[in-house]
Amino acid sequence: MLRYVVHRVLLAVLVVAGVSIVSFGLLFLSGDPAAALAGDNWTRTQIDEFRHQMGFDRPWYVQYGDFVSHAVRGDFGTSLREHRPVFELLMERMPATLELTGTAFGISAVLGIALGVVSATRRRSLYDRAVLVLTLAGQSMPVFWVGTMLILVFAVRLGWLPIAGMGGLSHLVLPATALGFFPVARNARVVRSSMLEVLGADYVRTARAKGLPGPRVLLGHALRNALLPVVTLLALDIGYLLSGAVITESIFAWPGVGRLTVAAVLGKDLPLVEAAVVVLAAGFVMINLTVDLCYGVIDPRVRFE
Amino acid sequence: MMLAPARRPALHAAPGRGAAAELMARLLRDRLTLAGAGILALLAALAVIVPLVSPVDPTATSLPDRLLPPAWVPRGTTAHLLGTDGLGRDILIRIVYGGRISLTVGFGAALIAAALGVPLGLCSGYFGGAADAVIMRLVDIQLGFPSILLYISALAVVKPGLFNMVAILGIAGWVIHARVIRAQVLAQRQMEYVEAARALGSSHLWILSRHVLPNVLAPVVVISTYSIAVFIITASSLSFLGLGLPPSTPDWGQMIATSMNYIRRAWWPSTFAGLALSLTVFGVSVLGDWLRDYLDPRLRVET
Repeated sequence: MLRYVVHRVLLAVLVVAGVSIVSFGLLFLSGDPAAALAGDNWTRTQIDEFRHQMGFDRPWYVQYGDFVSHAVRGDFGTSLREHRPVFELLMERMPATLELTGTAFGISAVLGIALGVVSATRRRSLYDRAVLVLTLAGQSMPVFWVGTMLILVFAVRLGWLPIAGMGGLSHLVLPATALGFFPVARNARVVRSSMLEVLGADYVRTARAKGLPGPRVLLGHALRNALLPVVTLLALDIGYLLSGAVITESIFAWPGVGRLTVAAVLGKDLPLVEAAVVVLAAGFVMINLTVDLCYGVIDPRVRFE
Repeated sequence: MMLAPARRPALHAAPGRGAAAELMARLLRDRLTLAGAGILALLAALAVIVPLVSPVDPTATSLPDRLLPPAWVPRGTTAHLLGTDGLGRDILIRIVYGGRISLTVGFGAALIAAALGVPLGLCSGYFGGAADAVIMRLVDIQLGFPSILLYISALAVVKPGLFNMVAILGIAGWVIHARVIRAQVLAQRQMEYVEAARALGSSHLWILSRHVLPNVLAPVVVISTYSIAVFIITASSLSFLGLGLPPSTPDWGQMIATSMNYIRRAWWPSTFAGLALSLTVFGVSVLGDWLRDYLDPRLRVET
């Protein structure tokens, strides 16, 4: 187990280091970072001044070392547009992102598992077919179009919910539904086939034979074992939700980290982009690490892979 | 690999209706494949032919014609079957040109991804050792965080454009190929034919390209097909965000993004562009499922 933990932790550190190198190095791949970030109508001297101000005139390894030594202390530099520490800007927006992704995660776990279980117990019924169609649709429709259509129907046409922004619960419904749509579809599929497999197992038949009530067999025996692959899937969901949040926040004008990051890319606010990428990646890596370690405890087999 | 309509062996189907239901399921499935292939063929044909014969410019604006609804809605005209957008541009023609862009991005990026990932996966699996360790750690790193962060970092510093978009998606897409091919090669390496070729004095390059590669080609085709769907979604999502493609490009993501500006007044621009996008992704995915089952049933991921 210790070997497994050490291995996982090292990999996590490697990933974060890799992300920081990539996001940092890409700037230098473009040739002259100062020119790449400069506005179209800047003069030569303005660009030179900017280059010096940003420290781009130093060797790249000095710059990277500088970046890392500050970053580990939570100092990612100052925003070029807002003139405030970028880490502070990111942390300000973090709660909104967590609220959105957390809600979508809840929807995808609960609804995905419920749909999958019912679908598996009523195999080939009309209901099962409907879930199949839903999963096909869920996997073909990109999140930004799902969001647009939800706005069109529920906000514009029916007027039930607000189009965009953050406020009470009513503001959360559409973005969380849009973001959760794909993971619900995917989870329902996996739970369905996992349940079908388990329902045919001997211990389920034994449980039935000894006269246990149906729901108890279903939830106590079958579902418990069917959920093992789902745990991996829920971890995958987190990666999807993070990417999806960047897009969903932009559609619904949700004031989270994703929207801030997109705005930073459009505004060429480089310190903010770099910090956002590293912070989001680090957050993701930490969640994944936790899941991996929990998984090692739940299912001893994974430790020996 | 996400899209695998259920067709498990009916181990515990209710007696009596198993065979008929199984046949129904199979029919439904083949119809799906047929529909998917049909959608793609139509889109590809339109994307190639229309720009050659149509006089309509997808970027030509006409303010008097702006926000005309589709032809079957009151106020709509047959001159613009699917209506016009906020600048009076014909939506149908823009969808067709958008298909050109989506197919270019999808196929182009998939080709680059395979061209990078396959050789790396071959070397990693065949030679093992330090090269394998380095390549696989790189794979671990890249799969360790969501790709969108990579795209965002790249798009923050490159100029928007179709070429850059294809290059970024393609270069970032090597990982899946490398990992799957490596696993395949590891299995092939144990085979006697490799040992025989080696004993006959063949070079490594010869063995890899002539003996190993043909045996691992099936997964390359399947992964590439799925990755086309992923690249099309990703590219349109990025251009929806305003990243990656220059404004005024008739791209589906961008069409939906601009339609958000007048979503209270016009439902058709976003609806039709998104429909085209989703149908295309659907078509590519079912084709991928079919290829997977047809080329290599062992690849089937039971999800």
